Amino acid sequence: MSGQRRVLDDDTLQAWVDGRLDPARQAKIEARIEQDPALAARAAAYRRHRRALHQAFDGVLAEPIPDRLRVAPPRPRRRAALAAGVASFGLGIALGWFLALGSGPVPLATAAPRLPQEAALAYAVYAPEARHPVMVGAAEKAELMHWLSRRLGHTLQAPDLSAYGYHLMGGSLLPGSAGPAAQFMYQNAARRRITVYITWPRRPVQRTAFRFVRRDGVEVFYWIDGGMAYAVAGRLDRAALLRIAESVYRQLRG
Amino acid sequence: MDAAALEAHIPRLRRYARALAGDPDRADDLVQDTLERALRKFSLWRRGSDLRAWLFTLMHNLYVNQRRAERPMLEWNEAYLAPVAATQEEQLMVRDLQRALQQLPPEFREVVLLVGLEDFSYAQAAAILGIPRGTVMSRLSRGREKLRRAMEGELPPTEKGR
Repeated sequence: MSGQRRVLDDDTLQAWVDGRLDPARQAKIEARIEQDPALAARAAAYRRHRRALHQAFDGVLAEPIPDRLRVAPPRPRRRAALAAGVASFGLGIALGWFLALGSGPVPLATAAPRLPQEAALAYAVYAPEARHPVMVGAAEKAELMHWLSRRLGHTLQAPDLSAYGYHLMGGSLLPGSAGPAAQFMYQNAARRRITVYITWPRRPVQRTAFRFVRRDGVEVFYWIDGGMAYAVAGRLDRAALLRIAESVYRQLRG
Repeated sequence: MDAAALEAHIPRLRRYARALAGDPDRADDLVQDTLERALRKFSLWRRGSDLRAWLFTLMHNLYVNQRRAERPMLEWNEAYLAPVAATQEEQLMVRDLQRALQQLPPEFREVVLLVGLEDFSYAQAAAILGIPRGTVMSRLSRGREKLRRAMEGELPPTEKGR
């Protein structure tokens, strides 16, 4: 260790920045760093930036955990009681309940994170269409349902949303990330539109809880039920859309 | 597994994801994917080993796969900047840092964050990223230097050989 060592090796410098040397060595290295003004400036900058990382991101630790990231039921710690997806409706957007089935826990909610993105994108593309919002109009509903059911390989229904003032305009066949997707478009008297998007989930999941995201200004509720993935999308008040999504869920339950 | 055990790690997973991804929505998507994978693969977790390190490993793998499969990097958006309480000067530095961080190549950003923000040991960071410890050290060293240069404007390579 005697003599003049001009270059402090990088590993030691980083370990000093991170405070990972034992105290005696930490002090010794510090003394060496101080002898070299350029090195001292660099080392001080590393430390400053390390602190700044915490200043920049520690705030996230204090943020409430969004509902979509909850894995444990907040209040009743009983898991099995929440088996039915329907049970979570009262709580709005609970997610990730899982059941004790057999030996180990089985996740009830497995994501299809692309689903809301696809549904939001499809909404954003087709909902503003004045002349061609759908490929096949509601006037040919029988043909529409037959066609989309055949292409998805699943018997589809277009839910009736007239109780909420929305009427079926028609439907389209779209490319989803897991295969063909069906989109039904609805409109109310104020020409506001919502869509019901149905496709195969990317993973073989039978059922998930209800979830909610907002993507580029489009509100989306989505879930998997009976092995099919569903999303309800619109630019509309979240509570209003939730009521509609619940109705869609009830009408289409597998 | 106890869901509460998993939930205890969510705030730090979110912090890391936010720093890694920039965009808060995408960061939470990453956390959500990580939690779901953890629930499905929980049988693969060795009881008694570090749950937090395992979760970060899952997140790293998802992040790498997503980057491979998906979109080019998003434009950095000023709206992503988290509000920080600090003096104005500090605030400016923090903002510069967040911006510089997003410009750092992801493999450097991961190391800088795992060590500098999440306080993982070099060995843990190596295990999470699936790379040798020596690679962690060189990425850390180069990553921090890249950050510094980005923050302080392009500096001439002085330090050495004085």
